Amino acid sequence: MSCEPWQCAEIAATKKANPITKPEVAVAMIKKAARPILIVGSNATQRWLEGKPLIDYIIDFAKASKVPVVATAHMVSEFLKRGYEPAAFMSAMDMGNRLVDPEWQGLDGKGHPDLAMFIALPYYMESLILCGLKHFAPNLKTMTLDNLYHPHASWSFPNATLEEWASNLKVMTQKFEGGQ
Amino acid sequence: MTTKNVHMKIGEMKTATGLVKNLEVSIGKIVDDSWEEPMGPTPMPSISTLRDWDMKLLNKYKPFYMPDCDLCCLCTYGKCDLTAGKRGACGLDIAAQSSRIVLIACSIGAATHTAHARHVVDHLVEKYGRNYPLDVGGLNVKVEAPVTRLVTGIRPKTLGDLMEVLDYCETQITHCLSAAHTGQEGNNLDFESKAFHAGRIDQVGMEVADIAQISAFDFPKADPEAPLIEMGIGTVDTSKPVIMCIGHNVVPSVGIIDYMKESKLDGKIEVVGLCCTAFDNTRYYDRAKIVGPISWQLRFVRGGFADVVVLDEQCIRTDIFSEAERVKAPVIAASEKNCMGFKNRTNDPADEIVADLVSGKVPGVLILDPEKVGEVAVKVATKIAPIRRKYRVLPEIDEIKTLAKTCRQCNMCQRSCPQDLPIPAALKAAAEGNLGPLTDLYEECIGCGRCEEACPVKLQIHSFIVKAGERCMLEEKNYCRSGRGAVQDTEIRNVGSPIVLGEIPGILAVVGCANYPHGGKDVYDICREFALRRFIVVTSGCSAMSAGSYKNAEGKTLYEEFPGEFAAGGVLNVGSCVANSHIAGAAIKVANIFAKRPLRGNYEEIADYIHNRVGAVGLAWGAYSQKAASIAAGFWSLGVPVLVGPHGSKYRRMLLGRADKPENWEVYDARTGEKVNVGPTPEHLFQTVETPQEAMVAIAKLCMRPNDTWKGRSIKLSHYIDLHKRHYGCMPPDIHLFVRTLADVPMTMKDEIVKILEAKGWKETVIPDPTLLPRMIRKKKE
Repeated sequence: MSCEPWQCAEIAATKKANPITKPEVAVAMIKKAARPILIVGSNATQRWLEGKPLIDYIIDFAKASKVPVVATAHMVSEFLKRGYEPAAFMSAMDMGNRLVDPEWQGLDGKGHPDLAMFIALPYYMESLILCGLKHFAPNLKTMTLDNLYHPHASWSFPNATLEEWASNLKVMTQKFEGGQ
Repeated sequence: MTTKNVHMKIGEMKTATGLVKNLEVSIGKIVDDSWEEPMGPTPMPSISTLRDWDMKLLNKYKPFYMPDCDLCCLCTYGKCDLTAGKRGACGLDIAAQSSRIVLIACSIGAATHTAHARHVVDHLVEKYGRNYPLDVGGLNVKVEAPVTRLVTGIRPKTLGDLMEVLDYCETQITHCLSAAHTGQEGNNLDFESKAFHAGRIDQVGMEVADIAQISAFDFPKADPEAPLIEMGIGTVDTSKPVIMCIGHNVVPSVGIIDYMKESKLDGKIEVVGLCCTAFDNTRYYDRAKIVGPISWQLRFVRGGFADVVVLDEQCIRTDIFSEAERVKAPVIAASEKNCMGFKNRTNDPADEIVADLVSGKVPGVLILDPEKVGEVAVKVATKIAPIRRKYRVLPEIDEIKTLAKTCRQCNMCQRSCPQDLPIPAALKAAAEGNLGPLTDLYEECIGCGRCEEACPVKLQIHSFIVKAGERCMLEEKNYCRSGRGAVQDTEIRNVGSPIVLGEIPGILAVVGCANYPHGGKDVYDICREFALRRFIVVTSGCSAMSAGSYKNAEGKTLYEEFPGEFAAGGVLNVGSCVANSHIAGAAIKVANIFAKRPLRGNYEEIADYIHNRVGAVGLAWGAYSQKAASIAAGFWSLGVPVLVGPHGSKYRRMLLGRADKPENWEVYDARTGEKVNVGPTPEHLFQTVETPQEAMVAIAKLCMRPNDTWKGRSIKLSHYIDLHKRHYGCMPPDIHLFVRTLADVPMTMKDEIVKILEAKGWKETVIPDPTLLPRMIRKKKE
């Protein structure tokens, strides 16, 4: 597993994501966060892990962790088809734009998120949004749950195989279930 | 106010005092103000004249920056790290730096179109004279240069008049670019305002280029029935010599076509084009063929189809000369902006140049005389075609299977691919004898060749993909309507009212380049969806090609299925990049012809009208270039929202409204002066959409305008709700923001929507006469 940007040219300058060496570390950070959200992009139905679409893993994780999900693009329909209602849906750009607004009070109107997790957006789009948040949302922590290293996040998993990705997501889900 | 250079020449004159011979007198400029329309408030605006208007839009649609690069390396103080609040050595922060990059991109785009226009106009003036009249649509087009009239206050009548317009554009672009110098502008919104200005100038530059070439080259003149053109690699008759023109500037191609006709070789040579030159070739000569969009350069050259490659300007692969050399196809560079390192042979005898190219003594030449380009290209193609015999560098299938076994599965090809295509898996399958996965990549590959640059064992991966997809490539036989140019005044009269009242649900302009996330089919699907919904669908550039590259169940392309009129359910291709100006022109003409708003130098009022009343949306699904940025900027400045596909996020800055902030959506009611909340109409000015499904829903939503009548809003809501339910699987959560009175609610959904309105605590409001400009408020009579 390497901590180089998956798309070779997407390099950052002086502030690069801390690598998440094992899923338990991510779980600990999520549990520590007061108001986490999970933003899910359009690759959720394009990536398949061990014969299952990624969105199924995401739903399992969201149910276990109770982290509110924001579906971007048309992904809300895919969640609804699977019987899971996301907390909100909006374009990825709208989501980023709200996260850089310190006055935004979150999806429920009760406070700004302190941790924004991303998964399954096109790599370059996710990279750009994470870069925008790095610069303009200094109090927000960001994390990617992809299997691709994102240098502009606060924390990112290193580049990993699909098998490792599936394993990480399952471990994260189990840790939440185990904790309850 | 129009001014004219006065130049008198007297051959011979006898006077009482003596004989005068060859007297030439130049007396500079005299004022020609025969245009009866009074001058508006902002003719020939400077970079700050329309700043207040820009700021109104920028406060409504605030920039959301995604810097992409944390550094600034534009001066020798740097590199400066601007991460998270740090300022650089010059004092600039990352917001200003990001907007500075936007300004630089828009200035490059505006300069490119304007320089293109300058070349075309200078060439045509030299050939036909300054007094050559402009004619873009005969009696059907009286408002022949709406953008130029609006921005400059000039009504151009001749080619010479356009030179004056270009003088203005060139000055403004210089000012715009100068503001990006270190230690000049320091505020991000002021950078943005200047980017808007570059966009305004860009629209003028494009209009000048297109109306000059329409007039002098006799292109289709606002013709809804412009000819259907054969398109696709499969339409090229490779038994003939093939000349391939790449770029945007038609002047050298005209030289080729003229020489071919004069030499009675018409029909014996294939003249094909890639990118916008292809369109303009067909506007000049309807037997020219369109190979495809910009991204197909490598596949066409490596496929060996072209016997001669002629390069003009813009969007040309800068390594195309070495690609052409590999297939033994000589290259003629025909633009001084793009000399490619070749020796300038402009003044050499044509036959000497031909001999050098045919013999292979030189791989390419620079020729800056378009007529000589024509003669050399035709002669070389004729002589070299039997020698080359369509020599190609695509590998054979067995070779691919063998070479694929050397792949190390290092993933560098995929990690370098802008599309993140699963190339390693495809190569693994190929090594095992299965070319299916490689074939599957053909449609999505944008032809950049970065995979090959990254490969440590130097596999020609792009060629593998092209070879695997060869059958698809050779079956590409479609039709695209040639560029029709402007929209007729009569068409505007017919649709002005239903557009402004909202009964035509919207104008969708699908424009721009071919950097698509998943191939061109998405463009076709989106265009067809909205044409079937009776929107007016306008196309241009590479998107117009992609729109025509697929067929319906009856085997008809989009241009065969739908009429080419600017009318509900029409699909019209205006032409090349520079023809984008006609799309802005159509919106401007709605304000001028239908609503009788004065046009001349009256930018702010017209833009305010368009922003609040004309339900137009631009979609640049595959935008990649700086020109696309400046084209978009011209539309932002008019208040027209623009959507880009996912790669468009790399423009690093969106202009987004906040639907959750009601205070952002107030306009003045021009009848009373009172402020009225009109909801997020339109919600955004520049937004990246991630999927075609999201694009379709966003298009329908962004067509809503404050001025919609209840009937119009009801129609627009029907489309928005229908598309939302289809693609998102549920009712839009923001429906209450778009309902002003219960009459707005679509009848068939009334019960369902009324329940939602009640739950949201919705209150009825008025439909105003909307404006953002206090000066447009009509004072009540005492």
